[in-house]
Amino acid sequence: MTETILKVEKLKKWFPITRGLLRSLFSRRELYVRAVDEIDFEIKEREIFGLVGESGSGKTTTGRMLVRLIEPTSGKILYRGKDIVSMSDEEFKPLRKKLQMIFQDPYESLNPKMTVFDILAEPLRVQNVAHGDEIYERVCKILEDVELTPPQEFLQRYPHELSGGQRQRVATGRALILNPEFIVADEPVSMLDVSIRAEVLNLMLQLSETHGIAFLYITHDLALARHLCDTIAVMYLGKIMELASADSLIKEPLHPYTKALLAAVPVPDPTSKRAEVTIKGEIPSPVNPPSGCRFHTRCPQFIGEICKKETPSLVEIGSHHYVACHLYR
Amino acid sequence: MPTLLDVKNLKTYYTTLRGYVKAVDGVSFAIEKGEAMGLVGESGCGKTTVILSILKILPPEGRILDGNVFFKGVDLVKLSEKEMRDKIRWKGISLVFQGAMNALNPVYKVGDQIAEAIRTHEPNVSKKEALERGRKLFELVGLDPDRINSYPHEFSGGMKQRAVIAMALACNPDLLIADEPATALDVIIQAQVLQLIKQLRKTLHLSMILITHDLSIVAESCDKLAVMYAGKIVEYGDLATIFKEPLHPYTQALIKAFPDVRAERSPLVSIPGSPPDLLFPPSGCRFNPRCPYSMDICSKKEPVPIEVKSKMHQVACHLIGKR
Repeated sequence: MTETILKVEKLKKWFPITRGLLRSLFSRRELYVRAVDEIDFEIKEREIFGLVGESGSGKTTTGRMLVRLIEPTSGKILYRGKDIVSMSDEEFKPLRKKLQMIFQDPYESLNPKMTVFDILAEPLRVQNVAHGDEIYERVCKILEDVELTPPQEFLQRYPHELSGGQRQRVATGRALILNPEFIVADEPVSMLDVSIRAEVLNLMLQLSETHGIAFLYITHDLALARHLCDTIAVMYLGKIMELASADSLIKEPLHPYTKALLAAVPVPDPTSKRAEVTIKGEIPSPVNPPSGCRFHTRCPQFIGEICKKETPSLVEIGSHHYVACHLYR
Repeated sequence: MPTLLDVKNLKTYYTTLRGYVKAVDGVSFAIEKGEAMGLVGESGCGKTTVILSILKILPPEGRILDGNVFFKGVDLVKLSEKEMRDKIRWKGISLVFQGAMNALNPVYKVGDQIAEAIRTHEPNVSKKEALERGRKLFELVGLDPDRINSYPHEFSGGMKQRAVIAMALACNPDLLIADEPATALDVIIQAQVLQLIKQLRKTLHLSMILITHDLSIVAESCDKLAVMYAGKIVEYGDLATIFKEPLHPYTQALIKAFPDVRAERSPLVSIPGSPPDLLFPPSGCRFNPRCPYSMDICSKKEPVPIEVKSKMHQVACHLIGKR
């Protein structure tokens, strides 16, 4: 049995909405954007865990909380049994080595004034794990790992001298250089061209095998998630609607939202005619999410009052297949 | 009846201080009435420049050097700016801009912007009539006509996209060009918008050019496909034929790069290398540095498009010429 590396319990993030002085005088009620609202899941060693959802569903907020870039409103994030939310910064610093992140846009996540060498050496210096020649050696080694070879050719380049794919490799290298156990990859290929996407993703797959790294892969692209991830969780308005192994989620989707998402994915095959889109409207505002099941306002399989009143909890239906829907209870 | 749009050997270069960027370099294709063609390629391959050349709305550094664009038999390349505006743009060919989120002016009401488009191209229409037409267009694209006086920020992404489509339909065009109409939208909204476009094409008998980097979107909404790489069309023809039997190595790789969500889990396929710099494109076939089947001749001689089996399937590749 592989060990659980990260466990999330009742994780919640509500962003307060700041208002003008006058409005806050006249209305006492605090308003919040309920970005993430009590979610639970766990990630095993070497697992690639996909978090899928539309924009505004809270996937990025979740990812950022897991590496402590945002502080949760409440809930626990257990890294190998230890809660990283309640830690002080000093206590957390050594763990930072183990928990890293790759950002969405490689055009913005690399400092344009730093060379590739400096970008990759910075984590080593900050964490004080290598000195002098060792830094040089480790930077060269990591460049080889992310297939930017020969490394000497890239060390002194600036980000603007690299293509998008190469930049994302540098960003991946920066996340890897401290030998992490877990990396959050937030839409790492959405800014890249189709022909280079697979290259970066295959690199991730390979690294997860050779270096034994677990990934949280955040994406809106179900087709990519299907081919990359071991487990997929579908989020909607800050809640997990369905969680299962990639195979069973794609082949036997249970939640009406997952079914709708799957039906909406365009298929690269002109002979298959897709069914009509059954879902009307757009994702509601997370400031005032619908009561009960958050999907009830758009659900094609709405069954009545219970959907409006009671929030369905995530329950296990099949083996390792969880769904939060009143249809299954 | 002449072909609706017939583009022949179009060449558009951009002048820069370092030389010419050969963004579109000898592109030919044709669209009949009622047909929909997908123009597919990676960013920087010249798809958008093709469209800007057809409508002659290129930035000042861009120039059409050679070629013809026949629209209902008239060569648009030779028309003056005034003729283009009075006769062609919006009445003949209209454009759904890329990034509908930003295509609307935030300080004007959506209805006024549609009315402006109508009145620019049909000066005799009064503002009241134009707004009335705007309301009808709103209904056509599935928006509430009473929202015509809203500002763009009051619309969601999907609604803005619908409004931009309504604007493109304002003067009953024959040909609708949609530049990445569904990117930056969520999957469900994307599916809704594509369904709307499909339905509009049927009711209004529109022809369409759909520009996208996403082959799967083209697969379900077009009849024809043109695959562009580095300023040239490498494969062109009937959509179903190409999907069934792609002949150009680039098309083959591109189709494989799009995973099918319903398929068994399989490794993702990539194309090594990156698209070339169009200031200094590779000699011979422009795909040769990335091509797995590259031969000697590929870097020396440029392949010309060859008809395979039928007229409706053309490929520019030395592998095919050899057979």
